Amino acid sequence: MAVNRNFRTCPSTGLVYHEPAEKLIRWNAVAGVVSLLVGGVLALLVTLTRWPAVKLLPPDWFYLALTAHGLDMLVFWIIFFEIAVLYFAASTLLKCRLATPKVAWAAFWLMIVGALMNNFAVFKGDSSVMFTSYVPMGAHPLFYLGLILFAVGALIAVFVFFGTLVVGKAEKTYNGSVPLVTFGAITAAIIATFTIAAGAIILIPTFLWSVGLVSHIDSLMYRTVWWGFGHSSQQINVAAHVSVWYAIAAIVFGAKPMSEKVSRMAFVLYILFLQLASAHHLLADPGLTSNWKIFNTSYAMYLAVLASMVHGLTVPGAIEVAQREKGFNKGFFEWLRKAPWGNPCFSGMFISLVGFGFLGGISGVMMGTEQLNLIIHNTIYVPGHFHATVVVGTTLAFMALTYFLIPTLFRRELMFPGMAKWQPYVYGLGMCAFSVFMMGAGTLGVPRRHWDMAFSGAILPHEFPGTAYLMMGIMAVSGIAAVVGGAMYLLITVGSVFFGRKIETPGFKRVPVREGMAPPPAPVAVAPAGHGAIGLGGFVAPGTFVLAMIFLVSFVLYYFVNWKYLSTVWPMN
Amino acid sequence: MSQDPAQAAPADDDVGDEPVPMMQQLCDNPFLLLFLGVAMPTVLYIVWGVMEIVGIPISK
Repeated sequence: MAVNRNFRTCPSTGLVYHEPAEKLIRWNAVAGVVSLLVGGVLALLVTLTRWPAVKLLPPDWFYLALTAHGLDMLVFWIIFFEIAVLYFAASTLLKCRLATPKVAWAAFWLMIVGALMNNFAVFKGDSSVMFTSYVPMGAHPLFYLGLILFAVGALIAVFVFFGTLVVGKAEKTYNGSVPLVTFGAITAAIIATFTIAAGAIILIPTFLWSVGLVSHIDSLMYRTVWWGFGHSSQQINVAAHVSVWYAIAAIVFGAKPMSEKVSRMAFVLYILFLQLASAHHLLADPGLTSNWKIFNTSYAMYLAVLASMVHGLTVPGAIEVAQREKGFNKGFFEWLRKAPWGNPCFSGMFISLVGFGFLGGISGVMMGTEQLNLIIHNTIYVPGHFHATVVVGTTLAFMALTYFLIPTLFRRELMFPGMAKWQPYVYGLGMCAFSVFMMGAGTLGVPRRHWDMAFSGAILPHEFPGTAYLMMGIMAVSGIAAVVGGAMYLLITVGSVFFGRKIETPGFKRVPVREGMAPPPAPVAVAPAGHGAIGLGGFVAPGTFVLAMIFLVSFVLYYFVNWKYLSTVWPMN
Repeated sequence: MSQDPAQAAPADDDVGDEPVPMMQQLCDNPFLLLFLGVAMPTVLYIVWGVMEIVGIPISK
């Protein structure tokens, strides 16, 4: 069987694209963006319903919309785009042909069929079981089957990624270790393997239960194994978007990691410990011991948090060093003031980094503490946290990367460049405010998922303070701002990809490459290379150090405030 | 006979002879990382968790 070895080199970036990989990256990215469109429309409906003054949808439509929103955003948008990132990180960054493109296409179509089937089951109206689909709530069998097919397709795509690494090594398309961004993608792929396996372990019997072949699924067993899938699927995002941060720092600034060894070790910590944080969803469940809960959420999860803090320090640190070396060396923050804030690729990445760290990271550690978790368990604080991690962190990072991919991968000029400058701010800041006010309302006890926070008509209604209603209102307004930002992104990307002016390359042709592409290893300079006269007071990145200290103080204060709050809601004196 | 200076440079030989550090060997082996990344949560989260649930006495 003939192997397609046709490559093209992007004239503006020098990136090398393998022909089948390029098509697969495009199609996976487009499928992701279509899922984002569907999920975004549903996001608007959900937000307008949770706005107490509006309550747009009736209860049954609300639960339907919330279920579809969760799945389209947390599973289909994110994983389609992640597969595109995996193929990019393996094939393009290693200058390597994609292993088994036909199998990769089979995986793609399996994922498409699975996503369509699952959406069909939800929109049919008898599968409004939320993203978590806790048993004994039952959904239509197509709901589970769709998820299983999607997961199998994604697993095959992950194996194609690993196969591409083997091809690159065998054909010597790179020397030594893989680049850091590819290493981050390996981390994401490893987490994806565990995630999908956990999903299969629980979703296959649940599918059999839905068709009557299995009589009973234990609800605690379901919750425990399902969260191995449900939470870990969001950890794939973390590894993927951190890789995107490193990639954008390199693309926009030519920044090199401050210490590649430390960054790689942080990814290894993710591989070993990040997935154990799934246990924080079960902190209020009886039946599981404190040993299991505390080991998984505290001891192990803190090592993964340490890794996130390393990435959160080294990415801006690398940018600061690169900027200072370019001459922006005055004071603590000239490097940041003079950063290209009008470039959506950078601004999106930076808002993603700060929002993920300050909002998602700090709240995640608080939630992962067994005692503190009691304050906010199953309140709207929880979606506040994961909108900060998954939406501000991952989605915004992926959006930022798209602005780089449109000219280089799709070979189209960006449409509406003025709008593109503003898009990360409208979307990112809208979503940051959305998360903050959700967390605020959650701290006051407003429940998550519930159609009506006032429990109108219930035998035991609950009266929340006016502040809670105010926060829910501000949350909704911020959410609408974020939806506008999302619509701007869709308009720019869809417009550019389908209607944007084509970037013509004179004399363009794909070049067949028989074996290998890596140049022979160059002799390594022995003399240690310093950073010259940049920085302040012996620090090469003093601005980042100050930001890290601000983060640390915020972290400690917030943690302390929550313990104090716990002591007031649960008097122990 | 002329000799390629890059091949003759002693620094190259030094680089080639240096043992690869253990952590780098680990990081350069994606399949070993895959094994560790799947085994750790399987044992510490799923197997341990399932054992605890199975150990809960059933009411009569």
